[in-house]
Amino acid sequence: MIRDITIGQYYPADSVIHRLDPRTKLFGTMIFLISLFLADSIWAYVLATAVLAAAIRISKVPFSFMVRGLKAIVILLLISVSFNLFLTDGETLVKLGFLRITKEGLYTAAFMAVRLIYLVLGSSLMTLTTTPNELTDGLEKGLGFLKRFGLPIHEVSMMMSIALRFIPILIEETDKIMKAQMARGADFESGNLIQKAKAMVPLLVPLFISAFRRATDLAMAMEARCYRGGEGRTKMKPLKYKSRDRISYLLFFLYIGIIIAMRVML
Amino acid sequence: MGIKAVNLNYIYGQGTAFEQYALKDVNFEIQDGEFIGLIGHTGSGKSTLIQHLNGLLKATSGEIYVNGENIYSPGYNMKALRSKVGLVFQYPEHQLFEVDVFSDVCFGPKNQGLPKEEIERRAREALSLVGLDESYYSQSPFELSGGQKRRVAIAGVLAMEPQVLILDEPTAGLDPRGRDEILDQIDRLHRERGMTIILVSHSMEDVAKYADRLLVMNHGEKLFDGPPKEVFKHYKELEQVGLAAPQITYIVQDLRSRGIDIDDNITTIAEAKEAILALLSGKEKT
Amino acid sequence: MGIIKAANLIFDYIKRDEEDNVEEVNRAIDHLSLDIKKGDFVAILGHNGSGKSTFAKQLNGLLLPTEGTVWISDMNTQDDSLIWEIRKKTGMVFQNPDNQIIGNIVEEDVGFGPENIGVPTDEIWKRVDESLKAVGMTAYRKQSPNKLSGGQKQRVAIAGVMAMRPQCIVLDEPTAMLDPNGRREVIRTVRELNQKEGVTVVLITHYMEEVIHADRVIVMDEGKVVMDGTPREIFSRVEELKQYRLDVPQVTELAYELKQAGVPLPDGVLTREELIDALMNVFEKKRLEWRQDGN
Repeated sequence: MIRDITIGQYYPADSVIHRLDPRTKLFGTMIFLISLFLADSIWAYVLATAVLAAAIRISKVPFSFMVRGLKAIVILLLISVSFNLFLTDGETLVKLGFLRITKEGLYTAAFMAVRLIYLVLGSSLMTLTTTPNELTDGLEKGLGFLKRFGLPIHEVSMMMSIALRFIPILIEETDKIMKAQMARGADFESGNLIQKAKAMVPLLVPLFISAFRRATDLAMAMEARCYRGGEGRTKMKPLKYKSRDRISYLLFFLYIGIIIAMRVML
Repeated sequence: MGIKAVNLNYIYGQGTAFEQYALKDVNFEIQDGEFIGLIGHTGSGKSTLIQHLNGLLKATSGEIYVNGENIYSPGYNMKALRSKVGLVFQYPEHQLFEVDVFSDVCFGPKNQGLPKEEIERRAREALSLVGLDESYYSQSPFELSGGQKRRVAIAGVLAMEPQVLILDEPTAGLDPRGRDEILDQIDRLHRERGMTIILVSHSMEDVAKYADRLLVMNHGEKLFDGPPKEVFKHYKELEQVGLAAPQITYIVQDLRSRGIDIDDNITTIAEAKEAILALLSGKEKT
Repeated sequence: MGIIKAANLIFDYIKRDEEDNVEEVNRAIDHLSLDIKKGDFVAILGHNGSGKSTFAKQLNGLLLPTEGTVWISDMNTQDDSLIWEIRKKTGMVFQNPDNQIIGNIVEEDVGFGPENIGVPTDEIWKRVDESLKAVGMTAYRKQSPNKLSGGQKQRVAIAGVMAMRPQCIVLDEPTAMLDPNGRREVIRTVRELNQKEGVTVVLITHYMEEVIHADRVIVMDEGKVVMDGTPREIFSRVEELKQYRLDVPQVTELAYELKQAGVPLPDGVLTREELIDALMNVFEKKRLEWRQDGN
């Protein structure tokens, strides 16, 4: 179900990770993602696993909650794993008709799977511990230097934050309209591709209309509350680095340093 | 005949930490031609319940019989069920999508695979049932007023000629007159066509006025089942679960507590007026 | 002069075709003049399409008059330089609870308005704390708005407005999409703000039970003010209200019906207690008469 996507869903809890500056978390997530692509040995993955496990533990987000985000990528995972498994050349381990599994294939497939899973877990950890507003604040401030080149950073981050707020609402709405049309005999499942695409019209038209209506309403509500762009705005939660952020940065550099060292030396 | 629910259970998120009963051991039987008021506060399970009755949700356990047939028996035709049991969702105007009113109403019968003449006959009839004449047929549904949009949406379900019509708060957001018009139309469908009606409502006044029988839901369980006057006698229990009786019930109870011998079966203004006038004049003669 | 004043206000919705020629003109507000006193709780009634929502949007410059003038605390809404000052003075709460909450966390949403008007950080927190407390939503401050009930969402929206320290709150059918419990919750909150904080309230609704406690009730029809008075005055004119596609509370209606049938009851009965007391009086008198007849 679409509901199971955890990316963009905040899990309220009181942990050090929740309290970190969003810029720190963004940077940390980036480092972690980079490290996944630099890691090329079992030991590097062991380290990455340990770091991820520790971070999840500290965040107080239940593991079961994090895993739900993985459901969304199961198909992607299966495809990439089978590609790597069957299409890598090397020493043959098993032969199934025209398919063969090689030792190298098994390795790459396993690494690929772990990489993908960690990628999702790592980014979900960030979104689960950071409110979308903090996240966009982080992006806004972290990328603030781009404003000098005329990029509308405030506007973009405001749009992202609003999009995040409305995703669950629109998902629920999709479900409702779908059911309402099914009650009128609509069939979203059977038929060929073209028929299926045509069957979507009774769902998509009302959904777009509703999205536009919400957008108009929201724009009016924002205007009524004196919103007029980023100019002259103050912040309820201004971003300030604290000592825990400085320590985190140190840890990030230490971690990526070790990963690089492992790549060079092992 | 009618609809029968036996030991109906519906569990959300079964097997997870969020497991929750949305329906718990619900039993009832609705006869052909009844007008049922389904009440309960938000989250009491009434919306979940009505979605079971036309097969949009499948019970975790339990049975539903429509016209004596178990809808969960293998090979049961769910699509045919949705033509028999019409369901009008809350804010049904949000489902409109066609370029004009007439084609939108045709959508249901078209899905039923009927011939063109029959589709159009039904659309015409459905639109006249909700009081929209031919001048509306070619209008865009999006340019109508809120009340008119809603009537088009209701016609969209009526055009499937269901035997049972379920409406989830059909008057939400309408003004008093708009509300009365919709409810009167529903009442006419019931009286003139013998249609079985299940009306989900938050208004005790409305169900007291129209329904023959009330089903009260609370935390996924059926709390009361009976004619309005019986159910509203339990007004204290209703209050405990976040509901209430119609204002008239309270007036009658107040009068009784001050020693006036007024019938406590009264639930509507018309009944109360008659009874009070009778008391004032009746005793004059004695 | 009151906090809100409208003089000869006209507003037309103008529909234009592709060449920008006027295709259709719909007069939503028609020569409306009104003066609302500071600290009052004013309810505006009217059926859908009577112009009441359009009028609400005139009160903080979301719509501007086609003709005539609207003043908020002596500030003309058509003066561009005052528009943000006006929006600070009159806060708006809209019908759909989902479409007016911007923040992903309750407290962040409440802080949105103060952020926009450049309130310093410490002061924002103070205001957010106070506003959440005033609407009784402090316990939910860290929650996602999506997890709240309709009534709670509307209270958050009200807190968001209160955090801008307005003198007046305009609520445009804030209860139309709520269940009875949510409606009561919102109305109770609004009444409290009016009584404790002295905020002027303009409540637009078509639920008659919500206006019983108002200081003043205004009925709109076809863009005009057609009735204006205390709830008691308005509700004693049952037939007239019905003519404007409105209704009266059941208590009022029963009293009215009985009176029509010759029972001596006062006009515009609003509450159950009033009706019971009046009826008991009638019964007492009857008993006396019967006793005398008996003698």
